[in-house]
Amino acid sequence: MNTRPTVPKSVVSSSTTGALVLLDCEERWLRGEAGAAMKLAMQLVLAAAEVSEVTEMVPVEMAHINSCHYSGVMSLDFAEFLLADRVSFAVPTHTNASLISCSTPHLRPEDRSPVEVQGARRVMEIYEALGCTPMWTCAPYQQPDGRAKLGQHLIGSESNAVGFANSVLGARTNKYGDLLDVAGALVGRVPLAGLHTDAGRRATHVFDVSDIPSATRTDPTFPHLLGVVLGRAVGHGVGAIVGYESEREDDLKAIAAAAAAAGGVGLFHVVGSTPEAPTLENVTRGQTPSDHTIVTADHLAEAAAVLTNASADEPLRAVCLGTPHFSVAECVETLDRLDGRRIAPSVTMLVTTSRAVAAELELRGLRNEFSEAGVDLVLDTCSYFPPHPSGLDGLTLTNSAKWAYYAPGLLGVPVGFESLERCVESAVAGRWIR
Amino acid sequence: MTSVRGRWLVAGSIDGEILRLDESLSFWGGFDAASGCVVDRAHPQCGSRLTGKVVTMPGSRGSSGTPGVLGEAIRLGTAPAALIISHADINIVAGALTAETLYGATCPVLLVDTAVLDGLCSGDSVQAGEGSVS
Repeated sequence: MNTRPTVPKSVVSSSTTGALVLLDCEERWLRGEAGAAMKLAMQLVLAAAEVSEVTEMVPVEMAHINSCHYSGVMSLDFAEFLLADRVSFAVPTHTNASLISCSTPHLRPEDRSPVEVQGARRVMEIYEALGCTPMWTCAPYQQPDGRAKLGQHLIGSESNAVGFANSVLGARTNKYGDLLDVAGALVGRVPLAGLHTDAGRRATHVFDVSDIPSATRTDPTFPHLLGVVLGRAVGHGVGAIVGYESEREDDLKAIAAAAAAAGGVGLFHVVGSTPEAPTLENVTRGQTPSDHTIVTADHLAEAAAVLTNASADEPLRAVCLGTPHFSVAECVETLDRLDGRRIAPSVTMLVTTSRAVAAELELRGLRNEFSEAGVDLVLDTCSYFPPHPSGLDGLTLTNSAKWAYYAPGLLGVPVGFESLERCVESAVAGRWIR
Repeated sequence: MTSVRGRWLVAGSIDGEILRLDESLSFWGGFDAASGCVVDRAHPQCGSRLTGKVVTMPGSRGSSGTPGVLGEAIRLGTAPAALIISHADINIVAGALTAETLYGATCPVLLVDTAVLDGLCSGDSVQAGEGSVS
């Protein structure tokens, strides 16, 4: 780990933003004295400050990076470039999901996509060699080491994980794109901008769900649909949800994932549930929100329509669960609903999760139950990324708004959005039970 | 010949023909690095080839994958000659800066006022002097 001196030394002039105070080591990195990789890292962090027009930096305490997800030749070249300089990360750095799966190599066979599969394998090796924690999950917050604390600044990259860290944990991160996520983790500081600041976390848009009947609010599809409604209305703003009782972490995860997919939302508050929102006034910070939406059944129906593009008479080919990665509780619920039954042989059913959750299932003697039911427990990756996963060659059901949002475009499959219960019953029956 | 001034986010110089994009473009998903063409079917300039052009647009819709796509286009030589934008996005800047370090080629990015951007039309020649950023 790099040591970070606390005595500021240099001042870098910036054309619009006055002056940015750099630490001694940052000054050396910028001059290239620690190699080309640290120089580029500093250039990227300073470019981010320039773009966001801020002159203050803030130290981060951990990072969850997406650059370790193979996304083409440059992602591999960048990783090799880091390795050549043997860089070390300034903070604990965790890896987002990969393109390939250690548990299920046949999901994306190497002979079908050799460039991507070999590239992904090499990129994974490099980030592990550089000392990253090999979590390979989009849900780092399901593990103690990857779970940021209230008020902590971190670097997040994957959109649901950014939304979860900010909203559910009360930690502070912007959504860092590829390259900048690594740069920030190497430097250990990022510009004090956006969701790192109090002002950036103020709720601008209230979503009141009090008029929705209680039976609807407690339906498992509700948080997904609410996330879509919120994301489509608020864009990159900050929403505050009023009248929603659920404190189930997986429900809040569903809102975060859906809102990020539908609108790029990095933070929302649930009044009475999330840590910064004991009351609405806490998150509006004394200002009147610019928008106030009374959520209606029509809003939810519109969101549901966005998530299903398949017609009921198509033969069911696949069921995809675990976007974001399933928690232990969600895996257990899936097994409970399967209740010892096997899925239909005509259906491919994938449950994506992390190595850590799989290890916990193993300890509880539950992991085998998935294979006995004919279900693939897939680690390290997600099932909506191209290259196209094996078996997803027609109507696919999912309980995830995020999966339903992306898969039609990325995989070209017809998608039906359903509750976990209906996904499981349909997989067993071999047809879409609506 | 139009001469423009602005703030360099990726240093360089500009001297070329404008191709104006009327809406923001997400390079990830909206641009094909192999061909250099806009492929977002919802974009008004879908099908336009950006290679070698001074591309003007309101901004880039940021996404995690954007740096990799722009960087790949720079590596392949299919990227725009430069970008002139009115709203900055770190992802295009990160892609261009990293390509410069990895491949010795880049795509200068100049940030200008909306009024300046509005005055730039496809087919016009445009120049901007060499500049550097801190």
